[in-house]
Parts: sequence; structure tokens; C-alpha cells
Amino acid sequence: MEKILQVKDLNISFHTFSGEVKAIRGVNFDLMKGETLAIVGESGSGKSVTTKAIMRLLPEHNSEIKSGEILFEGKDLAKLTDKQMQKIRGHDISMIFQDPMTSLNPTMKISNQIMEPLIKHQNMSKHAAKARAIDLLKLVGIPKPEIRVNQYPHQFSGGMRQRVVIAIALACNPKILIADEPTTALDVTIQAQILELMKDLQKKIDTSIIFITHDLGVVANVADRVAVMYGGKIVEIGTADEIFYNPQHPYTWGLISSMPDLETESEELYSIPGTPPDLLDPPKGDAFAPRNPYVMKIDLEQEPPFFKVSDTHYAATWLLHPNAPKVEPPEVVKRRQSQFPSIREGK
Amino acid sequence: MAKYIMKRIVYMIITLFIVASLTFFLMKLIPGSPFNNFEKLSEVQQNILLDKYGLKDPVPVQYFHYMVNMVKGDLGVSFQFDNTPVTELLVNRVGPSAQLGLQAMVVGAIIGIILGVLAALKQNTWIDYLCTFIAVVGKSIPSFIFAGLMQYYIAVKLGWLPVMLWRGPEYTILPTIALAMFPISIAARFMRTEMVEVLGSDYITLAKAKGASSFQISVKHALRNALIPVVTVLGPLAVSLMTGSLVIEQIFGVPGIGEQFVKSINVNDYPVIMGTNILFAVLFVIVTLIVDLLYGIIDPRIRISGGKS
Repeated sequence: MEKILQVKDLNISFHTFSGEVKAIRGVNFDLMKGETLAIVGESGSGKSVTTKAIMRLLPEHNSEIKSGEILFEGKDLAKLTDKQMQKIRGHDISMIFQDPMTSLNPTMKISNQIMEPLIKHQNMSKHAAKARAIDLLKLVGIPKPEIRVNQYPHQFSGGMRQRVVIAIALACNPKILIADEPTTALDVTIQAQILELMKDLQKKIDTSIIFITHDLGVVANVADRVAVMYGGKIVEIGTADEIFYNPQHPYTWGLISSMPDLETESEELYSIPGTPPDLLDPPKGDAFAPRNPYVMKIDLEQEPPFFKVSDTHYAATWLLHPNAPKVEPPEVVKRRQSQFPSIREGK
Repeated sequence: MAKYIMKRIVYMIITLFIVASLTFFLMKLIPGSPFNNFEKLSEVQQNILLDKYGLKDPVPVQYFHYMVNMVKGDLGVSFQFDNTPVTELLVNRVGPSAQLGLQAMVVGAIIGIILGVLAALKQNTWIDYLCTFIAVVGKSIPSFIFAGLMQYYIAVKLGWLPVMLWRGPEYTILPTIALAMFPISIAARFMRTEMVEVLGSDYITLAKAKGASSFQISVKHALRNALIPVVTVLGPLAVSLMTGSLVIEQIFGVPGIGEQFVKSINVNDYPVIMGTNILFAVLFVIVTLIVDLLYGIIDPRIRISGGKS
């Protein structure tokens, strides 16, 4: 498959009053054409910062891309000027945000909000853009689009607003769609509708999606591949099956153990003890070490490299080192691994 | 819409009735009578005058008479200005005050909003600090100091504009600027705060994500949203400016309403006090209505009764 976006050794820092926060510490990943890559991790792990960096939407006054490349169609997005970046935003790469209640301009008609990127990027006339806006509303499943297009955001419900935001994002048939927790603020039934809609539209316009979420249920539903982030790094990356049925990193184990499933027997749901690392002063070894029940001495001293599990599956944990002692993963993970042993054997 | 305005007009009339009543009774609490300042009058003469104007009647009776006349459009005659009808006094005096206030308001709002937007867009740069400085100076230094300084430097030293009096458009420039300093500061401070908040909101990020340039973002997306709270503060300010500033009118020799108002309180000129107060109240409710209608234009969420489309 063709790579559409490559993120190489990305390092991002925020300059705050208490010092430099190293929010992203060497992130690498590729995005293939037409695939959905989910990025999961807890709050503060760097999911949103990574994607905002791709769009260059990080606040200018206190954030800095220290090093690394974001390659899109041969161009390094990290080094483009604002003007060049404006041509890419909304045209080649567009974005859906978390809260549909606040992401539409309350004083602007829906039509104008959808028409804006069309007029800007495709030089459409107002008339043509409006016709396209109505088509887009129809596409995202808004009834009576001819009437709705002339309304204001407050006349739409949360789910409908998120559909409008999706319509805006898809207006110019972007090559990459970044969805930053697009269903977190919606109730569960609407969530399912929005996810279905996104999957549908992805097929129709053949776009790649980067899907940020902390909801593993959503990940299982939409993702082809999954990257697990912790403390500003990717700690494990693989196909959705590999992450769910053969996870290797103790942090991924923790995440999966804290997800309720039909077979969960104990009454209390597992949660990972401790708190995320302080990125003002990142730990020397593995950032997860202080919370890791399988911690080894080397975890505290050296950062683990990526170990290859299969051609598509890599994990950064010393447990995969040939000299590491064999450990028993948690019950839930063992049960999952045994469900699909074929994934474990690498095919 | 028409229905809404009709409803508002009914409320306005009720408000005016209450204001008139309160003013009437409060005014009657002021000690003295219109005629004890006229030292030449003997007690007998004073009594004759009090009788003539019905000022010996019990207060509720006076109130009743006044209200009946007011509804008929008769605001009585002034005691101090040779029995000139109050309506005539007001009509002659309100023009300059209102013109000056309106000009100061428009100038103040436009300059203030521009300064506020600039400060917000160039946050924490010298432009921001300069705008803040102008706002602080405008708010903390009284207008009569600006008035004096401008009269001295611009009018006397440079001779660009007339020092005072009220004889044509060029005479209005200096008092307008002096009066506008306050609305400039208020508008600039509010606009900056609002603009900073709006620029940090999600829909601005979405606009950026659509590829809009920073100019498009500030003009098309941010400005209108940031204006909503600013309109709230500027409305009442407009009234207080339009109803005249005594000090500025004195300094520039403007034949406005402010001077007349204060004088009439000093000499218990009841009909003029009442008339002026009612005029202020009328202006206030009208401006409030305009502000409310403006809201609807700026913010579709509170658009009145148009929600059926």
C-alpha cells in the first residue's frame, strides 16, 4: 500500500512558566492510503498534539516543533510557510473536533460555514458552492438539506452538528481526515451513527483517517491499525487485531484489562494504578516503568527500543528482549490471546 | 418582529410612567420652593405665586395634575426662564447635547473596537501594550483635562480648530474627541478581552483547519462574536453621552441640556427637572430597545420571533 503521510522522529515542546514540557518525544508512524489509523492513549499522552502538529494548529507563541519531519506528498509540513499551509488545510487534510457544540461558529449560517473551504480551495462561485453544500448535507444524512442549509448552528442538535462538521471536513474530498475524539461528546446511539457515517464516507471518497480516541470500543469498531501512545511516545503499534488479541506492551495490557467485556467476572473494573509521567522532566527509562507491575531494573535506566513482533506489529518494551524473563500477561489478555492464536503466530 | 416591538413599546410606556412618578415624589423631597431664592419677594408675593402654580395643593393632587397634563403633552412652564414652556426649552437644548453624544459614541465605539481588535490580534506585543495604555489613560484621566489640553494646543497654539462655541461642524470636533475618550477606553478593553476569548474558541480552530487566513478568521469569524458583549456596555453609555456632559458643555460653551438640568435642580424649577428627567428616560428606553434589536442582528441565537423560517 501507498504511504500518504510519514511522521518521522517528531519532537514537540511547549514552553511554559515552569519550564519546557516535552509533549512529544520521538514519534514515528506512517499512514497508508485509505486506511484508518487509531491513536489511543490517556489524556496528556500526546495524541492531540501529534495531530495538531500535522495540521500546524498548535499555538504559535508557546509551542515548538523541535525536530522531525511530517512528510505529505513529498513536502515537509513542519517547514511550510503559513500561506502554503493554508492551501493544505481543509483541502488535502481536514479535521473534525471533539465538541460539536462549540466547533461551529454560532453567528454564521451553516451554508457559509460549509461554503468557505469550497470557495477558498476550489474557486467555486457562491452559487455552485451552495449547491455543493446542500449535496454535502444530504451526504452526511441531514434531512431537508435545502432548508437546513440556511439555518444557524443553534437550530441543530449535537449529533446533527457533528454531521455538519463532518460535511465541512469532507467538502474538498481531503486525502487525510483527522478526527480528534469525534464521538466523545455525543451519547452512545448518536456515537454509533456518526461512526457508521464516517466508515461509509471513507469508502465513498477513499480518504485516510487518523482517529484519535481513548475509547477502545470505538477503536475496535473503526480502526485498521492502532498506535498506542504513552508519555509522548508511541509504545505499541500494529493492526487492530494484533493490538486487541496479541498485545505486547504492559501499558496496552493495562488498557485492555480496564475495558469491560462480556466475560468480565470480577465486579470491580481494573484501572491502571498511578498517574501519567510529568513531561516537564521525563523519566530516564521507560516512561511507564513506575506504573508497570512487570517493571525490571533496565526499565528505569534505559528507554526500550521498538521490538518487532510481526511485520506490522512493533512494541517498545524490554519484555520482548531475548534475555527478558517470561512473564504471564493479565488474565484478560491471556484469554484474548487464546481466542485467536493465529494472530499470535504471526498470520 | 412588529409584534415584539409593539410589546416593547407598551413596556416602555409603563417604565416611563414609573420613572415619572418616582422622580416627582423624590423631587418633592428636595427642601425649599422655587421662589425662596427670589429674595426680593415678600412672603405674601411668594404665597401668591405658590397658589398660582398650584404648589400649595397636597403632593398627590399636584402629582395627579402633572400626570394628566403630561399625558396631554404639556410639561408645564419653567419658573426660572420667564414662564417658557418646558417642551420648548428641551427642544432647543437637546439638539447639541444629542449630536455631541452621538458623535462621541460613534467615534468612540469605532476607534475603541479597532484598538481592542488590534490588541487582541497582537497579544503581548508593543501594539497590545500601547492599546492598553491608551485605554487606561482614557479611562483614568477626566475628560475636562483632555478638553483643556486640546483647547490649548490644537485650538490656541496651532489654530487648527475653534476653541469653543457652537456654530458649525468644525466646532463639534474638539468636544467630540474629549467626550469620546471614555467610550474608546471602555470599548477597547471589552473588545480585547472578548476577542482573546473568541480567538481561543473551537470554531476559530475549525476555521483555521478549513484553511482560512488570519485576516478572514478575525473579520469573518471572530469580530461578530466578540461584538455581542461590547454592545451591552456601549448601549447605556450611549445614553449617558447623549444626555449631555455638563463639564464638557461648560468648557466648550455648548448650549446643551446638561447645564440647564443642573441649574434647574439648584433653584427647584420643578417642571424643568421633571421634563429633563422624562426626556432622559425616553432616550434611555429607546436606546435600550435599539440595543436589544441590535443583539438580534448580531447574534442569531437571540433573534426575536424569526425562528419559524
